[in-house]
Amino acid sequence: MNSSRIVITGVGLTAPNGNSLAEFRKNLLNGVAGIERMEIRYMGPQLAGVCHFDPLKYQKKKEVRVGTRAGSISIYCAREALADSGVDFATLPKDRIGIYIGCTEHGNVSTENEIYNISKFNYDTKYWSHYHNPRTVANNPAGETSLNLGATGPAYTIGAACAAGNMGLIHATQMLRLGEVDFAICGGVSESIHTFGIFAGFKSQNALATHEEPHKASRPFDKARNGIVISEGGALYTLERLDDAQARGAKIYAEIAGYHVNSDASDYVLPNPVRQAECVRAALSRARLQPGDIHIVNTHATATPMGDIQECEAIRAVFGEGCPDTYINNTKSYIGHCMGAAGALELAGNLPSFDDLIVHPTINVDELDPQCALPGLVLNQPRKVAKVEAILNNSFGMLGINSALIVKRFVA
Amino acid sequence: MTKDECKQVVLDIIADIAPDEDLSNVKPDVRLRDQLQLDSMDFLDIVMELRKRYNIEVPEAEYIQLASLDSSAEYLTPKFNALAAGKG
Repeated sequence: MNSSRIVITGVGLTAPNGNSLAEFRKNLLNGVAGIERMEIRYMGPQLAGVCHFDPLKYQKKKEVRVGTRAGSISIYCAREALADSGVDFATLPKDRIGIYIGCTEHGNVSTENEIYNISKFNYDTKYWSHYHNPRTVANNPAGETSLNLGATGPAYTIGAACAAGNMGLIHATQMLRLGEVDFAICGGVSESIHTFGIFAGFKSQNALATHEEPHKASRPFDKARNGIVISEGGALYTLERLDDAQARGAKIYAEIAGYHVNSDASDYVLPNPVRQAECVRAALSRARLQPGDIHIVNTHATATPMGDIQECEAIRAVFGEGCPDTYINNTKSYIGHCMGAAGALELAGNLPSFDDLIVHPTINVDELDPQCALPGLVLNQPRKVAKVEAILNNSFGMLGINSALIVKRFVA
Repeated sequence: MTKDECKQVVLDIIADIAPDEDLSNVKPDVRLRDQLQLDSMDFLDIVMELRKRYNIEVPEAEYIQLASLDSSAEYLTPKFNALAAGKG
């Protein structure tokens, strides 16, 4: 019964340090970060993770002008994933394709732009763009992708704060298992660096990273960490039921082994390690795995002083000291926090470990915070390991949404 | 402003809102929609750009006047000239 087994068959991504999985992975293994200073309206230069893909690879100039940055990122990632999957897209029934894209937020970029625009006209709203509504509807990134691809199945976004990237994959898995669609394009995207509000918001929260050297600014687990580096990005996957993937002889990156989503129900912004641990345990249970069966834990840690400690507490509660083959890393140390794309990008950066048996490190840890000193942390240098059979990807978000996704090596 | 100059104003706006289009051979007497990939949102863009760049208002009932370059010039040239004369 392979119709309930869901596999990853294609990856398309843009990250601040790479526009393909191969480039991204190479930079993760070589310690190459991708943070720069970017001019932010009203605020001046701020540290940000900026993607440098070419939107015109898959869009007309007019599509780029009319659409959103999140739409361009989604289209780029979707097209790259489809190409990578090797599927004959022309023969796919278009009404059986589902597009499920996780977003932290959507719409504030265009709203801020329009308010700035009418400020030049004495706030006369007759200068407000007629594109404002199609740009700001929450389904915009998925809708633009459906338009670009001519895909007529369900296409929508999943709002789940910074847990959203995992949620795209989890939702696609559910829809494939339910038989709602036969082919899914899923993951997460973020255009967050184009809104000053997210920078100003984190700054007011005292949670915006500062550092003289941009590439060293995002430093989860380091004693001197001082906050989040905000980034844009995207990672979309093609997911299929195993029997469909095998029937077309698809390359299989990994199999979805288990997942779980829960809520802290305790605070707007402060994570809750008890609920995080519950989330991870439930994902393990669904995957029928023990903690020691997980060989890579990719952490969510964003380099806020408190958030990192909370997650380490959750990981310690689940994995303890008794998992000698479990290694722990963090991808935000290279690319900052890609918000809705974070979970999806961070999973992608670790998928090649199934083949090369290398765990990419967490960089920028000059002095490990003792409260983050987990056994198995891979710090600053890549680590060759004996086996990688299962990867746990944690992504947590504001308002206390937690997601844990486990993928495992595909074994027929 | 001459009608030819007015047509150029409209073409310059179209060049910005439809950057993929080849505007080297637009026939002035043929409907713009029949020779270019323009939709109703693009025509709203033309109206918006006339407002932003030249302070010219085109009421909804008169959008049809922007159907071709010739009809746009017939309709808009007096408006431009009225503005230039300080009567706008």
